[in-house]
Amino acid sequence: MPAVSKGDGMRGLAVFISDIRNCKSKEAEIKRINKELANIRSKFKGDKALDGYSKKKYVCKLLFIFLLGHDIDFGHMEAVNLLSSNRYTEKQIGYLFISVLVNSNSELIRLINNAIKNDLASRNPTFMGLALHCIANVGSREMAEAFAGEIPKILVAGDTMDSVKQSAALCLLRLYRTSPDFVPMGDWTSRVVHLLNDQHLGVVTAATSLITTLAQKNPEEFKTSVSLAVSRLSRIVTSASTDLQDYTYYFVPAPWLSVKLLRLLQCYPPPEDAAVRGRLTECLETILNKAQEPPKSKKVQHSNAKNAVLFEAISLIIHHDSEPNLLVRACNQLGQFLQHRETNLRYLALESMCTLASSEFSHEAVKTHIETVINALKTERDVSVRQRAVDLLYAMCDRSNAQQIVAEMLNYLETADYSIREEIVLKVAILAEKYAVDYTWYVDTILNLIRIAGDYVSEEVWYRVIQIVINRDDVQGYAAKTVFEALQAPACHENLVKVGGYILGEFGNLIAGDPRSSPLIQFNLLHSKFHLCSVPTRALLLSTYIKFVNLFPEIKTTIQDVLRSDSQLKNADVELQQRAVEYLRLSTIASTDILATVLEEMPPFPERESSILAKLKKKKGPGTVTDLEEIKKERNSDVNGGTESTPVNASTVSTPSPSADLLGLGAAPLTSSAPPPSTTGSLLVDVFSDSASVVAPLAPGSEDNFARFVCKNNGVLFENQLLQIGLKSEFRQNLGRMFIFYGNKTSTQFLNFTPTLICSDELQSSLNLQTKPVDPTVDGGAQVQQVVNIECISDFMEAPILNIQFRYGGTFQNISVKLPITLNKFFQPTEMASQDFFQRWKQLSNPQQEMQNIFKAKHPMDTEITKAKIIGFGSALLEEVDPNPANFVGAGIIHTKTTQIGCLLRLEPNLQAQMYRLTLRTSKETVSQRLCELLSEQF
Amino acid sequence: MRFMLLFSRQGKLRLQKWYLASSEKEKKKMVRELMQVVLARKPKMCSFLEWRDLKVVYKRYASLYFCCAIEGQDNELITLELIHRYVELLDKYFGSVCELDIIFNFEKAYFILDEFLMGGEIQDTSKKSVLKAIEQADLLQEEDESPRSVLEEMGLA
Repeated sequence: MPAVSKGDGMRGLAVFISDIRNCKSKEAEIKRINKELANIRSKFKGDKALDGYSKKKYVCKLLFIFLLGHDIDFGHMEAVNLLSSNRYTEKQIGYLFISVLVNSNSELIRLINNAIKNDLASRNPTFMGLALHCIANVGSREMAEAFAGEIPKILVAGDTMDSVKQSAALCLLRLYRTSPDFVPMGDWTSRVVHLLNDQHLGVVTAATSLITTLAQKNPEEFKTSVSLAVSRLSRIVTSASTDLQDYTYYFVPAPWLSVKLLRLLQCYPPPEDAAVRGRLTECLETILNKAQEPPKSKKVQHSNAKNAVLFEAISLIIHHDSEPNLLVRACNQLGQFLQHRETNLRYLALESMCTLASSEFSHEAVKTHIETVINALKTERDVSVRQRAVDLLYAMCDRSNAQQIVAEMLNYLETADYSIREEIVLKVAILAEKYAVDYTWYVDTILNLIRIAGDYVSEEVWYRVIQIVINRDDVQGYAAKTVFEALQAPACHENLVKVGGYILGEFGNLIAGDPRSSPLIQFNLLHSKFHLCSVPTRALLLSTYIKFVNLFPEIKTTIQDVLRSDSQLKNADVELQQRAVEYLRLSTIASTDILATVLEEMPPFPERESSILAKLKKKKGPGTVTDLEEIKKERNSDVNGGTESTPVNASTVSTPSPSADLLGLGAAPLTSSAPPPSTTGSLLVDVFSDSASVVAPLAPGSEDNFARFVCKNNGVLFENQLLQIGLKSEFRQNLGRMFIFYGNKTSTQFLNFTPTLICSDELQSSLNLQTKPVDPTVDGGAQVQQVVNIECISDFMEAPILNIQFRYGGTFQNISVKLPITLNKFFQPTEMASQDFFQRWKQLSNPQQEMQNIFKAKHPMDTEITKAKIIGFGSALLEEVDPNPANFVGAGIIHTKTTQIGCLLRLEPNLQAQMYRLTLRTSKETVSQRLCELLSEQF
Repeated sequence: MRFMLLFSRQGKLRLQKWYLASSEKEKKKMVRELMQVVLARKPKMCSFLEWRDLKVVYKRYASLYFCCAIEGQDNELITLELIHRYVELLDKYFGSVCELDIIFNFEKAYFILDEFLMGGEIQDTSKKSVLKAIEQADLLQEEDESPRSVLEEMGLA
């Protein structure tokens, strides 16, 4: 046991830690801990009041036990007591315990908040520091609610010490991250911006972090920070390495602050003011120049810090994407790093170049490094670096180098790490399709993919090759010949059997003239694989056989014999048996004409987004792929434009034409893009049809259920014999969060469970919904939860549709319900006096601003229920405002991201007639209309 | 930064700091998973890796791994140096720090980290400022300790 070095010696603690370390087994450790817990518990409960020191020591022991990974269920109170101690050391341990272990025990939170409040008001900088740290460490919404108003004041007060300012800035930043709605913008913001000019570099560093985070959400408010950041940056990069004293890190002046300032500037476009812009360009040039200077130190810390600033500067250059000169210089610099002996730099250079590849100014410059990158793919020893090389090759690929890049990727695939194979397969498939001039190359490439990495070729990939072959008649003969040859291999991947089976079934006739691939040979070849394949593939092959009956009448009897055999007709698998029976019957009773009609060649597939691209997007997160694709789309506006001039039935799919929405973003914004469920029953016929992804019509009762949620946020939205959908939601200003609970009411698993949120294009522009896909398997009796983050951009009329698809037993389920996200959810109630109300009422007298509806009561006319509903609707219920006490009036503000809309409402019941008259007045016609619609359904 | 972990080559967690709330269960799962990934990497491999939706920056100092999870936009190299600066601070404070110092004085390791980082952002990059703050605290500590012994003496007397 080492001597406890400094400060207080909590000897008991050291002894305990050393006991634990000496425990020979897990059991011994647990025994020792339990002994200690019992001891502490008795001390806390004992009659003798503990002094601060003992309390501190025990709390510290508990903390240690917790950090070892054991649960702690007491001691919180003692820790809270320590907070109000006047001794720094006791207070500090108390705060540490709370920071690490706080739970949402509301009673405790109140006490903690009290202690924090006292410390914040103490004007003792050390205590204030501890309190601010505690707020930042816990960072809960309760803390935000209690302190988010106070901290900006501390931050900008003239007499606040520098160290407290630093803590206050970062504390506020932390609260803003979790609870932006509690942090009020105001006068303080302009004063925070001026902290960029502060003398103390520590304050500037902390303030820059805060401003960057705030500016991302409120760019207008912090626009003035741009010029201040530029001048601060300029002063740093031009300073001598000793100027900044302790803020110089291994001869690099203030690297952290430089990086942060460069990050802040990435929140904005290039400065408009020419002088500022010129100064910034100068800074960036200086940073690039410094990279060429000999290092001032051999230490890795020196080069890391220097390069950290350089990479951030390059990020800014790429972000601005406006100075060709800087972009090309950046590219050359990264090119040097590609061959650097430091693995870290090679990694970062590959990563950074990926984004450079998408700039039109530097795309060509990036392409010159192709050989180095290919070499990296072959020689790098670290898989994460090789992964970056694959990414970069994908990003720099265009028509001129596609063949080379695809060949290299295929080459690499033979030895690639298992963890990245699937992604490489997807990338190769996309590139091959996108840049195919000659579709024979495309077919060869995909077949090669299947040969090399068949297990990693997902359904999307082989679906796609079939789609393309069907839609391009110039490649069909070649495809048939190639798959026929590939199938000759004694051991071929099942995916090849699928592709081969499908293509020969459609186009086998194109090669039947060659005696080496006569109909019988084709059939025997396929059938030799039959018994080695899984059920879905066998089902597909059976369909191929019936197609052969039509294509090649001469082998009809051979095929009928096969279908008639016991292993088919009496197959234990229902699907296979049924196909054998039906196909046999069909081949016996149908005339040639009918056969020819039923088994006609597949029609071309409608043009659509490449499902492969969707899959890659899903794998990599939408951002990464989108950007590259979008930009490439522009740059390659003529790529594969040739498809348009090909014959009609061939022009439909082939390649995504440049004008098409490559990512299909418009069509299904929030799909979790699950692969179409591969039902064995429909493999051949509708393998690509939309049946699975078509959205079911709204479930019965959906409208009623929807209406029930207008005035409330929680409850059951949908229920049938299989599934229950519950909702919990909360809204604040223009933001909201909805928890959707899917309960499996059966004892059987749901498979391919895919909930999808669907917004029309119009709704999408006014309502931003974000969610993550849920686990595709829902066990019997289990419940899964999905969180939807909601942002209201502008007012809207419709509601999103929640579509749920899954497989239950053998059946495919498809359910749609309306999701109750309605405009009134973004209401904030406003209290006002009678006089104000009528004054505003009069101001909104324009006919477009008013909406009125007279309707019959659907429910008993109960005053209390009506009041509750108006409050539930979100507006304030204003009592004693209307001269007629029987009437109800309400007021509130609808918050959207773009505007706020004041709303007044008046509901006049007529008991005799059992009618209501509802009047809405707001400053926006569509809002009045929608609110009136929604509220009318409630009474 | 989302979180920082210190763990030994044997996979013992020595320090954990979370800058975004998650449940205890989720934390334990992440720690387990990430430790496995990092410990499996060979020396000389690069210090950055993609993990879940985060970037991980790690560096090994003697028997201890220092490991930070940062967001996609964050700067990897400066994070690497942030780790180094923290190690320097520990070193300066403990006098050539070793794993045992961190085990026995875990609370100090937390205090130093808190002085240096807050909410996952660097609070002060100056070694002097941070150490000054810690030393001041220690000073307060010692002042605190003395009255206790006086009282004790009085009790004895």
